[in-house]
Amino acid sequence: MRAHQRKLDIKHGCVDLSHGSGGRAMSQLISGLFHEAFGNEWLARGNDQSAFDVGAGRMVMTTDGYVVSPLFFPGGNIGSLAVHGTVNDIAMAGARPLYLSASFIIEEGFRFSDLKMIADSMGEAAQSAGVHIITGDTKVVERGKADGLFISTAGVGLVPEGLDLSAENARVGDRVLISGTLGDHGVAIMSKRQNLAFETEIVSDSAALHDLVARMVAAGGRGIRLMRDPTRGGLAATLNEIAQQSELGFSLQEEAIPVKPGVAAACELLGLDPLYVANEGKLVAIVSPDVAGAVLAAMRAHPLSRDAADIGEAVPDDHHFVQMATSFGGGRIVDWLSGEQLPRIC
Amino acid sequence: MKYADEFRDKAIALGLARAIRSEANPQRSYRFMEFCGGHTHAISRYGLEDILPKNVRMIHGPGCPVCVLPAGRIDMAIRLADRPEVILCVYGDLMRVPGSQGASLLKAKARGADVRMVYSTVDAIRIAEENPEQEVVFFAIGFETTTPPTAILIRRAEKKQLENFSVVCNHVRTPPAMQNILESPDTRSIRRVEIDGFVGPAHVSIIIGTEPYEVFAEEFGKPVVISGFEPLDMMQAILMLVRQVNENRNEVENQYSRAVTRDGNPRAKEEVSNIFELRDQFEWRGLGLVPYSGLKLKQTYARFDAEVRFALNELRVPDNPACECGAILRGVKKPVDCKLFGTVCTPETPVGSCMVSSEGACAAHWTYGRFRDRQQKRAS
Repeated sequence: MRAHQRKLDIKHGCVDLSHGSGGRAMSQLISGLFHEAFGNEWLARGNDQSAFDVGAGRMVMTTDGYVVSPLFFPGGNIGSLAVHGTVNDIAMAGARPLYLSASFIIEEGFRFSDLKMIADSMGEAAQSAGVHIITGDTKVVERGKADGLFISTAGVGLVPEGLDLSAENARVGDRVLISGTLGDHGVAIMSKRQNLAFETEIVSDSAALHDLVARMVAAGGRGIRLMRDPTRGGLAATLNEIAQQSELGFSLQEEAIPVKPGVAAACELLGLDPLYVANEGKLVAIVSPDVAGAVLAAMRAHPLSRDAADIGEAVPDDHHFVQMATSFGGGRIVDWLSGEQLPRIC
Repeated sequence: MKYADEFRDKAIALGLARAIRSEANPQRSYRFMEFCGGHTHAISRYGLEDILPKNVRMIHGPGCPVCVLPAGRIDMAIRLADRPEVILCVYGDLMRVPGSQGASLLKAKARGADVRMVYSTVDAIRIAEENPEQEVVFFAIGFETTTPPTAILIRRAEKKQLENFSVVCNHVRTPPAMQNILESPDTRSIRRVEIDGFVGPAHVSIIIGTEPYEVFAEEFGKPVVISGFEPLDMMQAILMLVRQVNENRNEVENQYSRAVTRDGNPRAKEEVSNIFELRDQFEWRGLGLVPYSGLKLKQTYARFDAEVRFALNELRVPDNPACECGAILRGVKKPVDCKLFGTVCTPETPVGSCMVSSEGACAAHWTYGRFRDRQQKRAS
């Protein structure tokens, strides 16, 4: 006889320790909430792992943890972010993302309604990106042991034949392209932090970039040396990383770098520099000068990168500095961020 | 961006640069100290040095309140934060400032101390109200600009009859530090550096006015031009200083007239003098003990004074002997003259005050300008 089980009370209920104990409650949470949100044939089979066919060619794999605070922010939430972030890490290899895994560490007392909203937006983000979340895990920890919810996603993708995007491909004279305005995500998050809340119309740019990448690859082919998504540490960290790895320097034009007025104003007020603020739906591409025009045109034709810009070039430099001609007419270094970017007080 | 872009216009900047170049006498050099960290930051971030003529040199002064806070005070903050009953509220950029032996509030927080980063004094009050069982201490730092908000904070705490709230007062004053720089043996008797004039503070002067600088013009014979923090403000202020030097004038001029008056903000000054009084001396990292440069709470408000409440003692910690911050803050040496610069002392592991915050002379040079050292080396 099948034991009676009360339905999950999504509206009023919350996660308790039994939802992580491997018993019936956990099974109910997984099937009633996660499977519903992610619904696909792999999860429906209920195995501890999922099998899938591998196409011919090179695969890429990546993993990322998401601990964003607050969990909900203008333009998304931790769930959509956990899909977009991992999809983008795959896409930066020029690859087509295929499958994701998702692992949840949930704090006791976390509301079902919030969890459902997050799982649903993960499902939607995955669906619109054309990827499937095919395996997962749920753990519940005691109150105070996690900041509400942590999500970890891993993903695999398939690289098109002949494409090998990597920092060592960069050459002197290559152009630096950016897919749009900088700092939107970081400012949207900061505007909702409890001790900092300010009013802004800026929303996170969180988005999956693989379609844009495919168009860029179609336009630029092997002239595209490498791509990165400037997340934590912003454009500054990403370009310094590339400079180190490619053993080159970069020379940027501040005037060419797109920043929304609302982001510029928030940064001005908080004493931050948009070059160091996180993005979740932007990419930097280092491309050979002969295809730069075509790639930029392809970017501007895509809805996610209407504001794409050519912001500078790779230069020979033993010190691997990222330098910038300021809009004021002087020069400066755009250095690594030291520590966290903290607001100045006066 | 409105009210910002107007003060960052390249064409006007280059026009001012041309005027400075044509008016500066090529036979002499001009050495101007910008006192404030905000000015240092603007010089570095906008690359002002590149558009100034070579014989106009900017010396970065000690006007970064985070940088000049001595290790002993940081140690005191850490000892306080380590007490289980205490929640310590600080402004963000204080977190990384090194105390003695590499300690910092950031490390204390990682160890379990309850240190909260606040953006406004209002947050500190809120935290005190939310945690009636805990002792909430606000670690107040800053020049004359941030002193009035702390005064108002104490007023509010008094009005709300908060029993669990107190303040460690580290507020410092600008004019005594300027005087200290001009009177120090380095700058006076050895005469290794001559400061030809000061770019005077922007926000500080909104509070205290231009009057307190008149002594530097009259008694020390140094021109002072109060300047805003935007790069065009600075270019104009530098041009005004060049003109004063050329015309042998020693005056206090006010470039930042859109915000600063001779008398400053009387209400803010009054509120500050109601709550605070002068300390006989206060230690500055890099400058040592500077007479009458610090403030403390008046006896009437002793119950809000964390130094009294927790019987705190400041133990003086000597600066690293190899550190040249003192000489750099006085303009006697440049960051590259210090053998710690860029070796053991970097923004990740600052040894001296000038490397602590992006407004410090060494950190600004390291973060924004060190490519110039290489250009200069190549040129020579």
